[in-house]
Amino acid sequence: MKLLEYQAKEVLASLGISIPPGRVAHSPDEAAEACAALGPVAVKAQVPVGGRGKAGGIKLASTPEEARRAAEQIIGMDIKGYKVPLVYCEAALEIAREIYLGFTVDRDARANILMLSSKGGMDIEQVASESPDSIARLYPNPWRGPLGFELNALVFQAGLGELGRPLMALIKKLYRAIPELDAVTAEINPLVVTRSGDIIAGDAKLEIDDNAMWRQLDLDRLYGSLIEGDPYEVEAKKRGLIYVSLDGEIGIIGNGAGLCMSTLDLVQRAGGGAANFCDIGGGARAEVVENALGVIMMNPRVKGVLMNIFGGITRCDEVARGLVTARDNLKMKLPLVVRMSGTNEEEGRAILKANGIEPGANAWEAAQKIVELTRAAAPRS
Amino acid sequence: MSILLDASTRVIVQGITGREGAFHAEQMLAMGTKLVGGTSPGKGGTTHLGVPVFNTVYDAVAATGATASGIFVPPAFAPDAIMEAAAAGVTLIACITEGIPIQDMIRVKDFLRGYPSARLIGPNCPGLITPGVAKIGIIPQRITRPGSVGLVSRSGTLTYEVGSALSAAGMGQSTIVGIGGDPVLGLTFSDVISLFEADLATDRLVVIGEIGGSDEEHAAELLGRGSRLKTIAFISGRTAPEGKRMGHAGAIISGNRGTAKSKEEAFRRAGVAVAETTDEIVGLLS
Repeated sequence: MKLLEYQAKEVLASLGISIPPGRVAHSPDEAAEACAALGPVAVKAQVPVGGRGKAGGIKLASTPEEARRAAEQIIGMDIKGYKVPLVYCEAALEIAREIYLGFTVDRDARANILMLSSKGGMDIEQVASESPDSIARLYPNPWRGPLGFELNALVFQAGLGELGRPLMALIKKLYRAIPELDAVTAEINPLVVTRSGDIIAGDAKLEIDDNAMWRQLDLDRLYGSLIEGDPYEVEAKKRGLIYVSLDGEIGIIGNGAGLCMSTLDLVQRAGGGAANFCDIGGGARAEVVENALGVIMMNPRVKGVLMNIFGGITRCDEVARGLVTARDNLKMKLPLVVRMSGTNEEEGRAILKANGIEPGANAWEAAQKIVELTRAAAPRS
Repeated sequence: MSILLDASTRVIVQGITGREGAFHAEQMLAMGTKLVGGTSPGKGGTTHLGVPVFNTVYDAVAATGATASGIFVPPAFAPDAIMEAAAAGVTLIACITEGIPIQDMIRVKDFLRGYPSARLIGPNCPGLITPGVAKIGIIPQRITRPGSVGLVSRSGTLTYEVGSALSAAGMGQSTIVGIGGDPVLGLTFSDVISLFEADLATDRLVVIGEIGGSDEEHAAELLGRGSRLKTIAFISGRTAPEGKRMGHAGAIISGNRGTAKSKEEAFRRAGVAVAETTDEIVGLLS
């Protein structure tokens, strides 16, 4: 779960890290009020993706009227597929210098990595490629966290020795997000040193491990349902499906993540485009199939559905029966091609044929067939 | 011959009295796996599926001489189960459980550094099978047949799909290892490939990767330094968008890292043939 900036900052504040005064605004009027209360502000789009600034999602406002106009422009705009639901109005800081501080998971090392750099305010990937030596790194022991002398060395290595004590204290506070909140990314960029010498989080990125939501109930309750993403993904989540929206016209259902991904690839190879990724898992139960088809059919762009099932433990005849029931319950009229292989595949295919559903001989042929059928079909309106 | 698992490997199942654990332990027994016991705290002293149940892995190892374990316990308990197995002296640990928090796995990986002879497979994996001989995990025996192709994969159903195609074409397998779809894993592609390299009963290799991380790139580098195995690689997720988790917790492209293109190019640079679809694998291997 990726938190919005204002949410991440609330969490940082709860860990004892200083953040600038700020207010959430759902409307231009609220943005104007925030500016009247806070003075000059940055009006910032709240979306769970990077690159807001470049997309025009951050504007400076020195008067309430400017803040109102900025919010009018930003609320509702589309940033990388996210419609901006609200803005965060934050008091402008008197910046003396900008630092980078972040924890993330280093997959190659199978460990958390802490990075600190005097070059803040830029994308850390860019800093890493342009001046790798300017980033100091530490792999804290995951059982006890970073020790004082390790942080001391890190701070000097980053050339930030003069900020040693306050910086080390701040890093220890941020580290708590790892063991206590199951953060997989906790980043402050820029970490601002103000002209008066305070150290304040200028921006904040916090991602909580989806696998750990069962023990992060507070975060889930506070922030879990607030991010307005894609409506189909929202609905799929409600139904407990593993679903990702894509921009093509062919709905996809597969059992198993790898198989499902390879099905998207086949559709593109056949000249089509997948409308979604949907992994219904090994069991492929009838109820799950119906839920998946239901979400896929909500999307008016979908012109046909390709289902790719490999029956390992799953029996194809059971999946076929479930699919026929689901199609009938949903009164589905769109072209449907099913590729089924594995346990009881002959029985499964026979059931499909008897019910007017095209079984594909193999995954590649099935992909070609659905692309052909959806090209021929008139667009739904 | 095979890697990791053969007819003499003494295996236990942690969570043997649970629904999943019991179902798959039965399948393991049915194909001849030397299943010598299981654990289920509080049920020590009882018998399940004809094998003894113990309260702790330590007790199970002491009584049965087990060296391998399959873990079928819920994600909240699986990290501890892995560490318990390692601490009890188990040297092959296959953790099937999906949904373990990443921070737990990072701590487990650190713990395992103290037990260098313990090999972890998974988590979030189908386990491993030496066709016709033994299995730990959930790979269906019927998609396999004994032979000389090594198969290593991050995906479950894609493994079954490819295993099934190989078997149908008469290309049996020495061992099939599903290393799992999580971002923080036990054995890597490189670890498993090195084992196949040293196994003279394996002469060909199929590597099934997917987007996310750079384990495939490291494996390609290893193969590029010289290999006696004829190898075919396949990567799923060519059309996956950046920043979206594609089912597996580890299947995510971050920025420009972990793309299918980068992985395919790494294999090609190493002189490894890359299959464009799973259907092509059999043809390229023969």
